[in-house]
Amino acid sequence: MRNDMSSNVQVNTRVRAERAVIAGSVKRSPSVKLKELLADIWKHRLSYLFIAPFFAAFTIFIVIPIAAGVMLSFTYFNAIEFPTWVGWLNFQNLFSQDIIFLQHVLPNSFKFALFVGPLGYVCAFMLAWLIAQLPSALRMWYALAMYAPSLTGGIAIAVVWQVAFTGDRTGYINSFLLKLGLIEKPILFLADKDYLMNIMILVSIWGSMGIGFLALLAGILNVDKQLYEAGKIDGISSRLQEIWYITVPSMKPQMLFAAVISIVSTLKSGGVGTAMAGNPTPDYAGQLMVSHIDDYGFIRFELGYASAISIVLLVIMLLLNKLLHALFTPKEDEV
Amino acid sequence: MKVDMRLQGKRLVYRFEDWLAAVRRIDRTQIVIIIGLTLLSAFMLLPLVYLFNHAFKPLHELLLFPPTFIVNEPTMQNFTDLMALTQTTFIPVSRYIFNSVIVTVLATAGMVFTGSLCAYPLSKHKFPGGNWFFGAIMVSLLFATEVISIPRYVVVQSLGIMNTYLGHVLPMIALPVGVFLLKQFMDQVPNELLEAAKIDGASEVKIFLRIVLPLVTPAMATITIIAFQTAWGNAETSTLFMQDDAMKTLPFYMGTLTSNLANSVARQGAAAAGALIMFLPSLIIFLIYQRKFIATMAHSGIK
Repeated sequence: MRNDMSSNVQVNTRVRAERAVIAGSVKRSPSVKLKELLADIWKHRLSYLFIAPFFAAFTIFIVIPIAAGVMLSFTYFNAIEFPTWVGWLNFQNLFSQDIIFLQHVLPNSFKFALFVGPLGYVCAFMLAWLIAQLPSALRMWYALAMYAPSLTGGIAIAVVWQVAFTGDRTGYINSFLLKLGLIEKPILFLADKDYLMNIMILVSIWGSMGIGFLALLAGILNVDKQLYEAGKIDGISSRLQEIWYITVPSMKPQMLFAAVISIVSTLKSGGVGTAMAGNPTPDYAGQLMVSHIDDYGFIRFELGYASAISIVLLVIMLLLNKLLHALFTPKEDEV
Repeated sequence: MKVDMRLQGKRLVYRFEDWLAAVRRIDRTQIVIIIGLTLLSAFMLLPLVYLFNHAFKPLHELLLFPPTFIVNEPTMQNFTDLMALTQTTFIPVSRYIFNSVIVTVLATAGMVFTGSLCAYPLSKHKFPGGNWFFGAIMVSLLFATEVISIPRYVVVQSLGIMNTYLGHVLPMIALPVGVFLLKQFMDQVPNELLEAAKIDGASEVKIFLRIVLPLVTPAMATITIIAFQTAWGNAETSTLFMQDDAMKTLPFYMGTLTSNLANSVARQGAAAAGALIMFLPSLIIFLIYQRKFIATMAHSGIK
C-alpha cells in the first residue's frame, strides 16, 4: 500500500523535477517540497472532508484509547486519583507475581484460542466447501442454517446454552444423559471446572460461523470454474488436491479476511464464559485474557494493571496479524 | 390484475420446475453431503428451536422432567413476566427497549453514513495520507474494542457524554469492517464511469450520491446488517458509560437476567423471552438482505 503511494509521489516528483530542470534549478529545497505537499493536500480538500467524520470517530474512540492504554499501562491508576508513573512494574508483576494469570488465564487463553481459532477456521472452511458443492437452490438454506447461530451473539448466546446446560435434571443435556444411563445424578456443568472450558469452546465454535464463514463461501463460489477443468487436464485427480492446488490459492484474499475476522470473534467470544458462569469463573476455569482485564479493570479498579494486560493482548494480536498476512498474501508467481 | 396473478403463478411454476431439475441433477456425493449437512444443520438450529419454544412455555412446562422441546400450551406469560420483573427495579423493560431502538437506529445510520463517506475517497481518490489511513483501518480490523475498554471509558468520561445517547452512539460510529468492505466493493466501480461523469460536469458529491452509492447497494445492505447487529447486541456502552439505569439498553438488562441462570429454572422463561426479542430483529434483517450479503462477501478479500 505504501509502495503504491510512494511510487505515485515519485512519478509526481519526477514530473516536477523535469519541470524544474527546464526552469533551470535542478535541486529543490525542502520548503518547496512542503509547499507542493500542501498544494496537493489543498487540491484534495474535498476528499479530506469526506473522510473527516469517520476519521474523527476513529481517532477519538480507537486511536487515542490505544495510545492512552499504552500510557496507562505504565502507571498505577485507580480511577479516582491521578495516575502515578510506575515504569515497567505492571508488566513485571504480570509475568512474575500474578498467579491467576500465569496458572489459569494464560493456559486457558491458549487452549481456547487454539481450538476456537484454527480449529473453528478449518471447520468453517470445510463447511463452506461442502455447501459450495450443492446446487444453488439448496445452498442458501444450509448457509443460513450455519449462519443463524452467530446472530445470537453476545448475551443471547449465553441464554441459549445456559438453558441447555441447566444444572438439574430439567436441563436438556442432563436429562438426555440421565435417560441414556450415562450419569446417575445431574451435573452442575457451568459450575464445574472440568466442564466449563470445553463448553465454552463448543459454544464459541457453534456461534462462530459469521461473516468470516460467508466470506469463505463467497470466495469458494467465486473461483473460476475453468481452473478446475484445466487442473483435471494437468492431472489433478482427487477433490483434496483440487482444494489444495486450486481453491485455496485462488481465494487467499478471502481466506485472509476470514482469518482476521476469526481472531476478532475468538477474542470477543471469550466473554461467553463469564456470561454463563459469572466473573471470576468457578476456580478460574473459564478465565481468559478479556475476562481477566474486566476483573482487574472494573471489579478491582486497578486500571493501570488492567491496561498492561490489554497491551500484552494487543501486541499478541498484532503479531498474529503479521503472521496471517505472511501466510495468506498471494506471492508474485501466484497472481 | 388477473393476468398479472396468472403470470406470477406461471413464474412460480417455472421456478419450481427449475428447482426440481436442479434437484434431479444431484449425484451420489452430493446426496452424502446433503445428508451430512442436514444433520449438522439440525444440531446448529436445535438450540434456536428450543429457545423459541422456551420463550412460550408456561412455568409448569419449564419444570417438567424429562424436558420437552416443543411447547404444549403456548403462553405469553414469560413476556409479561419479563415486563413485571423489571418493574421491581423501578425501570420498566419498555424503557430498555426504547433506549435500544433509539441507540440502534442512530448508531446504524451513523456507521453507514460515515463509513460510506470515508470509503469513497479511499477507493477513488489518490490523496496524501490516504493509503496510510487505509492501512491503519486494516490494522484496526483486529482490535476488539473490549481490549481498550478502560481508556475508552476515560475518553468518554472526559468528553462529558456519560449517561447520554451520544455516549452510546459516538463510541460505536467508527466501524472499520464497514469502511473496509465498502472500499473493496467500490474498487469494482470502473474509473471510466466517474471520469465520464466528471467531464459532464458532475460534482464530487453528485458522483458519490448518484453513481457510486447506487452501484454499491449490495455492500451498503451488508454493512447495514453488520452495523445493526453491532449496535443491537452491544452491551458494552451500557456497562461502561451509563451509570444511570434509565439510560441502559436491552442487551445490558439481558445480561443481568442471565447471571446464574443455569441453576434457576424459574427465570429461564423470561430470559428466553428476552433472548428471543434480541434475536428476531437480527434474523429478519438478515433474511431480507441475504442475497446482497453473499454478493458483497465475494469482494471481502484482503489483497
